[in-house]
Amino acid sequence: MPERNEDIPDGHDPLRNIQPTDSDHLDYVGQQGLAVEQETLIEPDTVKREQARSLWGDAWRDLRKRPTFIISALLILLLIVIAIWPGLFTNADPRAADLTQDYLRKPDYTDFFGAGWFGYDGQGRSIYARVLYGARASITVGICVTLAVTVLGGLAGMVSGYFGGWVDSVISRVIDIFFGIPLLLGALVLLNAFSVRTVWSVVIALAFLGWTQLARVMRGSVITVKQSDYVVAGRALGAGTGRLMFRHILPNALAPVIVVATIALGGYITAEATLSFLGIGLQDPTISWGVDISSAQKVIRQAPFALFFPAAALSVTVLAFIMLGDAVRDALDPKLR
Amino acid sequence: MGHYVLRRVLQMIPVFFGATLLIFLMVYSLPGDPIAAMFGDKAADPAQVASLRHQYYLDQPLWKQYLHYMNNIFHLDFGTSFTGRPVSEIMADAFPVTIRLALVAFFFEIFIGLPLGLIAGLYRGSIADTLVLVLTLIVISIPVFVLGYIAQTIFAINLGWVTATVQDSTDITQLILPGLVLASLSLAYVARLTRTSIGENLRADYMRTAVAKGLPRQTVIGRHLLRNSLIPVVTFLGTDLGALMGGAIVTEGIFNIAGVGNVLYKAINQKEGPTVVGIVTVLVLVYLVASLVVDLLYAVLDPRIRYA
Repeated sequence: MPERNEDIPDGHDPLRNIQPTDSDHLDYVGQQGLAVEQETLIEPDTVKREQARSLWGDAWRDLRKRPTFIISALLILLLIVIAIWPGLFTNADPRAADLTQDYLRKPDYTDFFGAGWFGYDGQGRSIYARVLYGARASITVGICVTLAVTVLGGLAGMVSGYFGGWVDSVISRVIDIFFGIPLLLGALVLLNAFSVRTVWSVVIALAFLGWTQLARVMRGSVITVKQSDYVVAGRALGAGTGRLMFRHILPNALAPVIVVATIALGGYITAEATLSFLGIGLQDPTISWGVDISSAQKVIRQAPFALFFPAAALSVTVLAFIMLGDAVRDALDPKLR
Repeated sequence: MGHYVLRRVLQMIPVFFGATLLIFLMVYSLPGDPIAAMFGDKAADPAQVASLRHQYYLDQPLWKQYLHYMNNIFHLDFGTSFTGRPVSEIMADAFPVTIRLALVAFFFEIFIGLPLGLIAGLYRGSIADTLVLVLTLIVISIPVFVLGYIAQTIFAINLGWVTATVQDSTDITQLILPGLVLASLSLAYVARLTRTSIGENLRADYMRTAVAKGLPRQTVIGRHLLRNSLIPVVTFLGTDLGALMGGAIVTEGIFNIAGVGNVLYKAINQKEGPTVVGIVTVLVLVYLVASLVVDLLYAVLDPRIRYA
């Protein structure tokens, strides 16, 4: 059985041929078998793991001292709690439209945590309850899209940066193609095809169009890390492609990706709200700040508060994620400060 | 340099075809029948539907439709919208409006964003720096459509300084407020990018040399610091010009400007395939040319890029 080398297409890696051929009977290129052998022999990994831990440990120690990190982390924690259990903070039903009362009633600022705290919207619904229940859609879209684009973009960028050559050329052109289509425009066209749009259709559309940003960051990062001495050393010791990629390169290439992903999270929340505002994002019965802002816009002169509270909630959420991203970036890369 | 230009132009070709194909597939292969939609609630005559399908080339397989479309584009024929108006005519009406708006926004980005970033970067840690950081953070966090309504309510409705909507887009004074709203996000990015870049370059060796040579402060900042710091900012500004044109959907909607974004938004909602594909094709072209110009500019500004 010939040695399978297809994972390194242009064969620019002579060191890889040092691999013992007896591990080739293993189903997957034999690198896992090799990796296990190595761990039992020299354990080069214990050193590496400590090193990696100290980078993140340093960052964590640095982060804990930053007021912006503490504030944004607490805010995000609160937002996540609200998104999961909005009922904890209000007894009011966000969908109960009480049309017997005057709608667009002004906020009663003494009614803490009550249904009328932020006033009532054009359909007599409690704005306070709607602001709380609206958090779920925004947070879900933000987190799910970010996870999806990080995995998709990260994999594409990793493969592109690690292998180089024609693989890189092809992936880079695909990235360029997606980059040429503005996120909002593409999402408008895609979402128009869904007759019923839920949180998941928005997630799919944004992830489909948004992965290229992370792919570019990952690719650049991997290309830099790939040339490090410890990667060369790992390869010389016979580490296989998978091991090099995920144990040696990935932990060291991840920092910029995490920073960009955190900041992008706020952007995806904005994108969802913008799409919902334009009427092509979320729709009833999903409660969304974007939809509420859009309907409040018609009564902006009589009831500016109906627009203010969902808009403020949206802005604070985006602000929290951007602040978190800024703090993480400063902690991970002091050069950028 | 010649090699570099040639390579970049050649790389543009597959990207152009890929992006137009992608948008073509998104518009035409997704569910929803535009021909049936043309008849509204009325029952359509099958013969008429068939003839319309043939007229718009919709009776052909998708790849043939795409080739036909591309062939027409190279003869500068963007097809006809389902309302019977040539798409090129629709675009000729909309693009000048959006270009004016984008240029106003671009002006604000350069003449407000850059100086703010320069001040913040030079006087790091000062009150001005903190102010710029906090302000840009707020602007980045508030979505454009909220910012648009706030600006409209304050400056047009409460203060009455400008008209709430744009009646005549050739009147630049009416475009100031929408232009500022459209620019806001990028303006904040430009300011932050300039600040970071200036901060990094202030510590560079060549700066110490320039100061040690006894050069006047003006020369050190203008000739040495700015020139080197502006490289990433130029990149951002260049690609942003394309983004401004496509991203004007929200701003144009709020201020009722009959530009590309507005036309495109309506066309998407009405499943006006030819108009959507036509406009997006032009937008992709604008974006590609803009990024090409940026890359070439980059190569001029920074000789290290020319290595390839």
